[in-house]
Amino acid sequence: MTDTTNTSTPTPGTATGTDGVKRGMAEMLKGGVIMDVVTPEQAKIAEDAGAVAVMALERVPADIRAQGGVSRMSDPDMIDGIIEAVSIPVMAKARIGHFAEAQVLQSLGVDYIDESEVLTPADYANHIDKWQFTVPFVCGATNLGEALRRITEGAAMIRSKGEAGTGDVSNAVTHMRTIRAEIRRLQGLEADELYVAAKELQAPYSLVKEVAERGKLPVVLFTAGGIATPADAAMMMQLGAEGVFVGSGIFKSGNPAQRAEAIVKATTFYDDPDVVAKVSRGLGEAMVGINVEDVPQPHRLAERGW
Amino acid sequence: MTAGAEQPVRIGVLALQGDVREHLAMLREAGAEAVAVRRPQELAQVDGLVIPGGESTTISKLARTFDLLDPLRAAAKEGVPMFGTCAGMIMLADRIEDGIPGQETIGGLDVVVRRNAFGRQVDSFEADLRLADLERPFHALFIRAPWVEAVGTDVEVVATVSSGPAEGRIVAVRQGHLLATSFHPEVTGDSRVHALFVEIVRQARAAGEHAG
Repeated sequence: MTDTTNTSTPTPGTATGTDGVKRGMAEMLKGGVIMDVVTPEQAKIAEDAGAVAVMALERVPADIRAQGGVSRMSDPDMIDGIIEAVSIPVMAKARIGHFAEAQVLQSLGVDYIDESEVLTPADYANHIDKWQFTVPFVCGATNLGEALRRITEGAAMIRSKGEAGTGDVSNAVTHMRTIRAEIRRLQGLEADELYVAAKELQAPYSLVKEVAERGKLPVVLFTAGGIATPADAAMMMQLGAEGVFVGSGIFKSGNPAQRAEAIVKATTFYDDPDVVAKVSRGLGEAMVGINVEDVPQPHRLAERGW
Repeated sequence: MTAGAEQPVRIGVLALQGDVREHLAMLREAGAEAVAVRRPQELAQVDGLVIPGGESTTISKLARTFDLLDPLRAAAKEGVPMFGTCAGMIMLADRIEDGIPGQETIGGLDVVVRRNAFGRQVDSFEADLRLADLERPFHALFIRAPWVEAVGTDVEVVATVSSGPAEGRIVAVRQGHLLATSFHPEVTGDSRVHALFVEIVRQARAAGEHAG
C-alpha cells in the first residue's frame, strides 16, 4: 500500500499526513523529554519545565498498575483541556489495535498517538493500520523485529517499552541494548544473509536492508518505561536513545516541577556528568517504584504487543 | 566547495534540543566544517550558527538556563551570521505571537513570527516553494510551523507559500547576516539553502578579515 522505505518523496502541490511530516515531527522532538500528564495544571508544569511534548492520559502507569481493571483511551474533555492549556505538542494513548480510539484522538487534534501497551490491548492479533491516519503514531518495541513490524504498519516513531509505572529502568535498558545490538549485527552481515535475517526478525526484507545500510532505524528511537531520575535519562541517551518519555517518574515524585526540569537538563547534557550531578541535587524523593522482578508475569506491560 | 586553499568556514549548530544531526550533515554537504554548540566557549569558536528545528519553548528555556542566551544575543548583534529553521526562526525573531508567557528569543530579525501558525500536526504539510536566489523550486516540509506575520523595512522576503489556504504567507526571510525559514531544509536531502547560508558566512568572515 505505502512504501515504508522512503522518508522524503517530493510531492507536487501541497500534501498533509505524508511520511515526511510524520517522521519529521519526531525528528523535531529529538533531544527532548515527553512527559505524562493527567491534568491541565500538570501539563503547564511540564511545559514550563521545558518538555518538548506532553502525553495526556487519565492515569499514569503507576496508578493503572495499582488500580487494575481495563485501561482505555482518556476522556475527550480531559484531552481537550490539556490541548487548551499548553502550546507544545500533545500526544495521547490508544489501546493496541483500537483503531476507533485512534480515529477519535485524531479528530480531537492530538499531535501524536501512542499505540500503547500501557492500556489494555483491544486486539490480540492486529495492531492499528497506521497508514490510514493523518496523525502520526509512536509504538513501543522490545527488540528490532518488533520495531520494524510497527514501522511496517506505519509507525513514524519508536520507543523502547521498558516496564512502565515501575520506576525500574532495567527493562528499558534491556530493550534499548537489544535493539542497538540487533542493528549492529545486521551491519555485519553479508548482503545474501539479510534475507534470512529478515525472516528471523519477521520483518520486511526492504526495511531490514535499509537498517543494515544506515545503521539506524528509519524513524526516531526514544526510550520509555521506568525512567525516574536525571541519571536514568542520561544513561538511556548514552545507550543511543534520541529522546526520553517520562511517565510516572515526574508526577509521582516529591517535587515534580524541579524533577521535570532536572530531567530535561540531563537529557541535553547527557554526556556531561558534571551537569547531571548538579541537576540531581536536592530533588527530594523519587517515585517509590517497584522492581520489575516483583511484578507477576501476567501483569508485565512490556509483554503486551508482539 | 570553492577552489583554492581557503580554510572551510566553521559553522555551529545550537545543540540544546531538536534536529541537530540533520543540520550538521547538510552543512558538511554544503562545504562547511560543522560542530555542535552547547556552551558559550563553543559559541565563541564558530564563524556562523544554525538554530535547528525543535520545540522553541524548550530551546529558549535551556539557552537561558545554561547561560547561552546573552552570548547568543551579543553574537547576533555583532554580526555573526545565523540561520534558524522553524523553532530557530522563532528564536531569531524580535517579536513573537502565541508564545508561552515570558518566552525569550535571541532576536535580531525585525519581524513578528506567529508560533504554530499553520495549525496542529494534522495540518503539517509538504509543498514546493519558489525561493529568491534559487533557480529550481525547493521542496519544503512544514511541521507545526510558524509564519512571519510582519516584516520591518530592512527585511527581505525570500519565500511565500504559493498555493492552498495559507497562500501568500511569508515563510523565509533574510536581514543581512540573519536568515530564517518556517520549513525544514535540513530534512529533505537538498542542501541548496544551507549552501546559501554557508556563502553568507564565508562573505562575513572575509569582510571581518579585511576589517580586522
